[in-house]
Amino acid sequence: MTTVTPDRAQSTRPSAPSTIQATWLVAEREITMRLRSKAFLISTGILLLVVLASIVIGGFAAQNVSDTKVAVVGTASQAVSGADGLDVTEASSVDAAETLVKDGSVEAAIVPDSTTPLGIAVIGNTDVPSGLLAQLSISPPVHLLDENATNPLIVYFVALGFGLVFFMSAMTFGSTIAQNVVEEKQTRVVEILMSAIPVKALMAGKVLGNSVLAFGQIAIIAALSIIGLTITGQTDLLTGLGAPIVWFVVFFAIGFVLLASLFAATGSMVSRQEDIGATTTPVTMLVMIPYFLVIFFNDNPTVLAIMSYVPFSAPVGMPVRLFLGTAEWWEPLVSLVILIATTFGTIWLGSRIYQNSLLKMGARVKWGEALKS
Amino acid sequence: MLEIRNVTKTYGTRQVLTDVSFDVAPGRMTGFVGGNGAGKTTTMRIILGVLSANEGTVSLAGNQLTPDDRRRFGYMPEERGLYPKMKVEEQLVYLARLHGFTPEAARRNARDLLERLDLGERRNDAVESLSLGNQQRAQIAAALVHDPEVLVLDEPFSGLDPLAVDVVVGVLKDRATAGAPVLFSSHQLDIVERLCDDLVIIADGKIRANGSRDGLRAQHSRLRYELLSSGDAGWLRTESGVTVVNFDGGYAVFDADSEATAQHVLRTALSRGDVATFAPQHPSLAEIFKEVIK
Repeated sequence: MTTVTPDRAQSTRPSAPSTIQATWLVAEREITMRLRSKAFLISTGILLLVVLASIVIGGFAAQNVSDTKVAVVGTASQAVSGADGLDVTEASSVDAAETLVKDGSVEAAIVPDSTTPLGIAVIGNTDVPSGLLAQLSISPPVHLLDENATNPLIVYFVALGFGLVFFMSAMTFGSTIAQNVVEEKQTRVVEILMSAIPVKALMAGKVLGNSVLAFGQIAIIAALSIIGLTITGQTDLLTGLGAPIVWFVVFFAIGFVLLASLFAATGSMVSRQEDIGATTTPVTMLVMIPYFLVIFFNDNPTVLAIMSYVPFSAPVGMPVRLFLGTAEWWEPLVSLVILIATTFGTIWLGSRIYQNSLLKMGARVKWGEALKS
Repeated sequence: MLEIRNVTKTYGTRQVLTDVSFDVAPGRMTGFVGGNGAGKTTTMRIILGVLSANEGTVSLAGNQLTPDDRRRFGYMPEERGLYPKMKVEEQLVYLARLHGFTPEAARRNARDLLERLDLGERRNDAVESLSLGNQQRAQIAAALVHDPEVLVLDEPFSGLDPLAVDVVVGVLKDRATAGAPVLFSSHQLDIVERLCDDLVIIADGKIRANGSRDGLRAQHSRLRYELLSSGDAGWLRTESGVTVVNFDGGYAVFDADSEATAQHVLRTALSRGDVATFAPQHPSLAEIFKEVIK
């Protein structure tokens, strides 16, 4: 038997990459492959358009309270000078003004009337536009004690916005991770990968790559919302929403890693794309529940308070509470710590499931088998 | 030298490998043969560390394998797997980079290998768009792209046409000549017979035979001879110490009880007429295999 020792000198064989380098290589592949997918680019484009459109439409809706058309005669014009929301037409006489009211070209006419203390009278056809009288009368000054009370409709839309963006991004990227894991398992490329790099690096790379993408998408949406609100002049809303949006991005970044490891772990338990639902459903539920809770209970402080501390719903619950002003300054920090701790625990658990399941082909891996050490 | 020692593996209560030991010598091609479910794939996965054994060790040059050592192995899994939507070259570059190659070195290796395997023109095609034979070549390239020190290939020739087999054999022999231990399994016993220097036969999770191909052949030879003579060879039946296995006019295959009997038969045949062929018949690998796994 000839004994030849491998000739190391002639080869250019490099040393194996560190776990971190390997993780990054895996993440890089996830990102580039995803960015190359037309379906992904188109759906992201549509999502951004929807966000932009809702902000712009919201902006127009706020501004487009159309002016009330009124006719004025002579000295009565003084009464409306400087009044907002009025489209004033000068009429030459009271009769001319009445004609304008009758044919509908103005909604009301304001005419001089020396018999009244105000010195003017309002002529309408069948009625007078609400608000017009209030504008012409003298009101006592008003002091509101709770100036922060927020319009419930706006609360609803803000809650819906956070809920929807979280739900959509977590679902899109989460299910992508699960599919990629199954694809690697189904095509057995995972055996080659496992012989090249540690399983930990493989899972970490997948979670990292997709988290970067999801975070990027969320950050773009957040930036777009803030820029859109500024451009359309909805600065009041922006003042209240700016900080919650930033917190949302922070919570999402960590909350998504938590979900991503769960999606990777549960995805690894099946061998065929058709079976994905069987194990990922519980995780999908975890994503859907906060969405529905925030829609139905955004006016219920207790539910919101609980949501803002439960790791899976905190990314939605805490920003909504911050927007409502019902959270103390330290509450998001505490919730964030809980979220981070849970995320570490989940990564540990997830990588165990992943490692145990990756090579088990055929039937779905049982939970007991997946979790054993 | 890659040494597999006393490896045992059970799945639940089912014992799939029992005390498996064999060597894969550097510079030699070792064929790994066994029926379906005999334990070839499990053994290969254990060598690669993709699966862990219940007992036993795998060592290279006397040192027990660590995960880092295994990174320098080239592995071709039984069931083919590459990313279907990734381009061939891109995929090879990715795998080489996972082994620590710089992007430039990875690309150089990938291109060279694809040229060698006649796949150069398809390097920018997605794997899923390749024919099965070409996917197979891409798979072989994936096992070799990081210049592995040891090759472990599960069924590298299945699905290849004879020309492609020759191309792949050429590439693998080069690696062996450069000093790499090469272990490959195959169902195609004729290819194994042609290719391998050493042979390991496994059945029911146990190693049944193990050694150099020629040694195994000699060990299993049965003093069987082939005779082609001008006259009728019917007289053979009456020779003492001779068992006729096959007979047709002047052609006969027979087993002799000793070398001397065989030489006696040859002399008798010459005295009766012309002899075109008289040769010992080596058992084919297929025959040895059937006998060994009985």
